[in-house]
Amino acid sequence: MFFLSSIRREPMFKEGVRNMAPVAMGIGAWGLMTGVAMVKSGMSVIEAVAMTLLVYAGSSQLAAIPLLVAGAPFWVVLATGFCVNLRFVVFSLHLRPYLMYMPRWRRMTHGYLTADMSYAMFTSHYPEPASTDEQRRAQEAYLTGGYCVTWVSWMGMSLIGIALGNLIPQSWGLGFAGVLSLVGILCSMATSRLRVLAALIAGATAVAAYALPLKLNIVVAIGVAVLLCFWIEKGFVPNPAAEDDV
Amino acid sequence: MSGSTDWWTLAVIVGLAGVTVLTRCFFFILDRPWGLPDWAHRALHYAPIAALAGVVIPEIVMTSGHLVPNLHDARIYAAVAGAAYYFWKRGVLGTMLVGMAVYLPLHLRLAW
Repeated sequence: MFFLSSIRREPMFKEGVRNMAPVAMGIGAWGLMTGVAMVKSGMSVIEAVAMTLLVYAGSSQLAAIPLLVAGAPFWVVLATGFCVNLRFVVFSLHLRPYLMYMPRWRRMTHGYLTADMSYAMFTSHYPEPASTDEQRRAQEAYLTGGYCVTWVSWMGMSLIGIALGNLIPQSWGLGFAGVLSLVGILCSMATSRLRVLAALIAGATAVAAYALPLKLNIVVAIGVAVLLCFWIEKGFVPNPAAEDDV
Repeated sequence: MSGSTDWWTLAVIVGLAGVTVLTRCFFFILDRPWGLPDWAHRALHYAPIAALAGVVIPEIVMTSGHLVPNLHDARIYAAVAGAAYYFWKRGVLGTMLVGMAVYLPLHLRLAW
């Protein structure tokens, strides 16, 4: 929605850009490697560019590449993409009260462009949905500023990655910069003891269930961590809301 | 140009774009208001960090489907150094840079 100048003029747009800027390099490095990986796995340049511009979801792109190359059935590729993207379903539930006042095309455009980092930064900056028109404009501008940086750095570096193609050896391991950025985001979310526990349970579960197909280990990890933390919270933490804001 | 373009692949790509829209907008495609039970609101406090940990931790401690057999792996030291930096200075970019500064020499020189 950064093509709307009415949003760009809001002061919170710049704030969103500023807050997201430090993450841009990590996203860019991740995009670069995704671009290189697409071309090197045998996709044509046109296919790789189409995938970058349309799909705009690194983990489902990376998961889809070997399936595309192997000629897996249509529904298997889509089902894999859906499972890898399930975390976004959880995010959309959280974002609903922030966006429902908008017409459908507008909220769905925001939704499509809001990936992990944008979601995490937006909801930690605004723990509560807006209640006045002024707050709504500010929140929309902040969200847009954040995903504007994400989109530009992802697209730009992915396209450069596609162009460089085989020039960058995979063995340099630059893709790991994306993982390290996610480590930083993960640390920034660890704001209470129960959330640290959720991360540890989810990590251990994802490793233990790694053999499951379709990246379902991630879905199982979320389910186990949320249910266990919820159960611990009910049984052992008298005031979970206070624990939250440590 | 390594591969050739075919319509089937392009159709799958369009389908995947549809999956991105569907999952990112899942709960706000319909106008109909949904009442959310309280437990679901509480679950949202844990789901995002659980999802990220579920994606990230296997990327650090696993190699082709198995736990790394020993500590000769640059990713582990890089992630620990990055996390330590985060809790010291609180910056995501610094986390990435410190992590890469540990990762690249170990990975390229020692092939860890």
